[in-house]
Amino acid sequence: MYRSHVLVCGGTGCTSSHSNEIIEKLESEIAAKGLQDEIKVIKTGCFGLCALGPIMIVYPEGCFYSEVKVEDVPEIVEEHLLKGRMVTRLLYEETVQEDTVKSLEQTKFYAKQKRIALRNCGVIDPENIDEYIAHDGYQALEKCLNQLTPDEVIKIVDDSGLRGRGGGGFRTGLKWSFAAKNAADQKYVVCNADEGDPGAFMDRSILEGDPHCIIEAMAICGYAIGATEGYVYVRAEYPIAVKRLQLAIDQAKEYGLLGKNIFDSGFDFDLHIRLGAGAFVCGEETALMTSIEGNRGEPRPRPPFPAVKGLFGKPTNNNNVETYANIPQIILNGAEWFASMGTEKSTGTKVFALGGKITNTGLVEVPMGTTLREVIEDIGGGIPNGKKFKAAQTGGPSGGCIPAHLMDTAIDFDNLTAIGCMMGSGGLIVMDEDNCMVDIAKFFLDFTVDESCGKCSPCRIGTKRMMEMLEKITEGKATLEDLDKLEELALYIKQNSLCGLGQTAPNPVLATLKFFRHEYEAHVVDKVCPAGVCKGLVRYYIDAEKCIGCGMCARACPADAIARTDYIAPGHKLASFAINPEKCVKCGACMDSCKKIQAIYKK
Amino acid sequence: MLKKISKIPFKGTPEQEAQLNALIEENKHDSSMLMHVMQQAQAIYGYLPFEVQVMIAEGMDIPLEKVYGVSTFYAQFSLSPKGKYNISVCLGTACYVKGAQSVLDEISKQLGIAAGECTEDGIFSLEASRCIGACGLAPVMNINDDVYGKLTPDQIAGILAKYKD
Ligand SMILES: Cc1cc2nc3c(=O)[nH]c(=O)nc-3n(C[C@H](O)[C@H](O)[C@H](O)COP(=O)(O)O)c2cc1C
Ligand code: FES
Repeated sequence: MYRSHVLVCGGTGCTSSHSNEIIEKLESEIAAKGLQDEIKVIKTGCFGLCALGPIMIVYPEGCFYSEVKVEDVPEIVEEHLLKGRMVTRLLYEETVQEDTVKSLEQTKFYAKQKRIALRNCGVIDPENIDEYIAHDGYQALEKCLNQLTPDEVIKIVDDSGLRGRGGGGFRTGLKWSFAAKNAADQKYVVCNADEGDPGAFMDRSILEGDPHCIIEAMAICGYAIGATEGYVYVRAEYPIAVKRLQLAIDQAKEYGLLGKNIFDSGFDFDLHIRLGAGAFVCGEETALMTSIEGNRGEPRPRPPFPAVKGLFGKPTNNNNVETYANIPQIILNGAEWFASMGTEKSTGTKVFALGGKITNTGLVEVPMGTTLREVIEDIGGGIPNGKKFKAAQTGGPSGGCIPAHLMDTAIDFDNLTAIGCMMGSGGLIVMDEDNCMVDIAKFFLDFTVDESCGKCSPCRIGTKRMMEMLEKITEGKATLEDLDKLEELALYIKQNSLCGLGQTAPNPVLATLKFFRHEYEAHVVDKVCPAGVCKGLVRYYIDAEKCIGCGMCARACPADAIARTDYIAPGHKLASFAINPEKCVKCGACMDSCKKIQAIYKK
Repeated sequence: MLKKISKIPFKGTPEQEAQLNALIEENKHDSSMLMHVMQQAQAIYGYLPFEVQVMIAEGMDIPLEKVYGVSTFYAQFSLSPKGKYNISVCLGTACYVKGAQSVLDEISKQLGIAAGECTEDGIFSLEASRCIGACGLAPVMNINDDVYGKLTPDQIAGILAKYKD
C-alpha cells in the first residue's frame, strides 16, 4: 500500500511543457529520500485544464498543483511528500481555502461538468491495463458476450439515444442495426480518430488517457454487428496517442481480451491501427476507408453506404472515438441512465475542446443542453485581458460561428443547426473583439481550398473562387455586389459538391455573412477592417502630439513614405512627421523604430 | 495539395537501401500497406525522393503512378529534404486566433525563407502545420522534437539563436 499517489498529466499539452522531465525528477527525488515504497508516481491522461499545465495532483489530499516546473519538484518532495506541508504557492488558486484545499469538483471549472467519455482521463494510468480493469474495465464486454444477444446490445445502444459525436449526429444504435442486417463472410468495425478539425483535441485526449475503453467499445460493436476485425484510423500528428493505443492493444491481447474466444464465448475480435498522413478529407468516412485500403483518400459516392459496402467492399460500421467512449458506460448503467442526461433529442454529454481567447483553455465535458454562456463564462473563466466576447466557432471548417446575442442557446444538435451553425466534433474556438470575422472566414476557406481533394469541380474550383472574392474584400477592392455573388456561389457549392467537405465548406462564410455582415460592409464600403487585422486595410498613423521629430521612422521606411510636417507640438522642439498613405507599403518598420516613444499606431 | 519538388540530387546510402528493402519484403503481400511502407520510408530517408518511390513501386509491384498519386495527396509526405532543424509553426484555428501568423511571419523574416522552403546552408526549414493538439499552449511551434508554446514574435530571435551552432 502506498500512503500517497502523485498523478502527473502525460497528455500532449503537458508533455509539450516538459511533464516527462517532471516525472523523472520526481522519481529520482523520491528515491533519494527513500520514499519509493510509500509514494507512487502515476503518469495519467489529460485532466482538462490544459491552460495551467503541467499539472500534478497529490492524493489523498487532492492538492492540485498547476504550472509546475522541473525546478519546483525538490520543494514538492521535501515539503509536501516528506513533511506533509502543501506548497501553497503552486496550488491552483481556485482550490485554496483558508488552510485546506477544496476538492476539484468544487472549482468553477469542474463543477458544471459531467464526465462520462472522459471518466478515466486524468484518473488512471493509460499504459496499465490493470488500472482500467480496476475501474470496471472490460466488464461491459463481458456482460455483452455472456448475457446479451447482439440484438439486445443494439437495442440498449439505440434506446440510450446516443448520437454520433463525429459531427453528423446520426443515431448510433440505428447505424449498428444496418450493419448487423447485412450478411457477409467478413465485416469490419472502424474507429474514426482522424480528428481533422484544427483546434480540436477531444479524441486525442481520450486515446491518450483511456485507450482501453475504445478497444472495449469496438469489440462490443463487433459482437453486435457480427464483425471480427477492426481498424482504428489515427492522425499521424498524434504520436503519443498511437503509442498508447498500440500498447493497450498488446496488453489486451496478452490478457485474452482481444484475439480468439474472448471470455470463453466463442467470439473472436482483432484490432489494427492505421495512420493517416495529413489529409482533412480522410475524416470523411468513405475517404477514410479508401485511405485504409492504401489509396489516395478520395471520397466515394454514397449510396452504397458503408453498412452495405464499406472497407474492402464489406459491410462496415464506422464511429467516432467519443461515440465509442460512451458505449461501455451505457452497457453497464443502462439506456435509461444515459437518456436521463442531456436534452430530449440529444441525450448524454458532449466533450468540447475550448481554445482561442478564453482563460481556461482545455477539455470539458458537459451535459447536452448546457448553454454556451455557461461553458464560456463559468467553466471557461471568460475572456482574458478584459476583452469582449465576439463569437465562438463550432464545427471548425465545416461549421459556423455563434455571436454574442445567441450565447444563451442551449447546446445540442438541433438547436445549433436551427441557428445556422453545427455541433461539429467539439472544437470550440472563442474569438474576441480583436479578431476580424472576415479574416476568420478567409482562414477556414484557405484551409478547405488546400484540403479539397479535387475530385468534384464545385468544391475544387468553387472554393478557390470564393477565396479570391474574400481576398478582394480584405484588400478593400470589392463592391457590395461581390457580397451577393459570394453568397450565391456559397449556396451553389453547398448543393452540388460530392462529399461533406464541399457541402459544408461554405458554412463559415455563410455564418459570418449572416451574423457579421456589418464587418464585411465595413471592408467593402468604408475600406476599413474594424478589428485592425486585415493587412491590406490597416493604415499607419503618427500621433503629431507625441512625435518628437527625431526622424528614425523616416530613415526606417523603405518606401520613402514619411516626411516632416511643419507642425511643432506644444512642448516639443522639432516638427513632427507624417505618413503618406499613397506611398506606404504597410511593412510596419516605422512602428518598430518608434518603440521608445510609441508615437506610431495602426488602425 | 500543391507540393514543392526538390532538385537536390538523391544521396541514399546502402544501409538505407537495405532497410527499405527489408521493409518492402515484409509488406509486399498486402497492397493496403502501401501508405505504411511510404511512412516508414520517409522515416528512413527523411523525405520521399522520387528514386525511393520508384523502388517502392517496383518492390511492391504497384504502378508508380499510384505511389506518386499517394505521395502527392497527403500533406505528410515530403518530396524535398528538410533542414537540419525543421521548424513547424502550427496554423490550426486555436493558434491562428492567438496570432500564429505573426509568429510565422517573424521567422520567415529572420531566416529569409517562406513556409515550405529550406535555408541555403541546409540548417533550417520552415513549414506551417495543422493542429498538433497542444492548443492549450497556443500559439505553438515545433523545432524538430522541441515544442515551444505561448509564443510571441519577440521571442523568436532568442529561440533561433539556440540552434545557430
Ligand atoms: C470533410 C469531413 C471531415 C470529417 N472529419 C471527421 C473527423 O475528423 N472525425 C470524425 O469522427 N468524423 C469526421 N467526419 C464525419 C464522418 O464522415 C462520419 O460521419 C463519422 O465518423 C461517423 O461517426 P459517428 O456517427 O460516431 O459520429 C468528417 C466528415 C466530413 C465530411
Ligand atoms: S491549433 Fe495549434 S496546437 Fe491546436
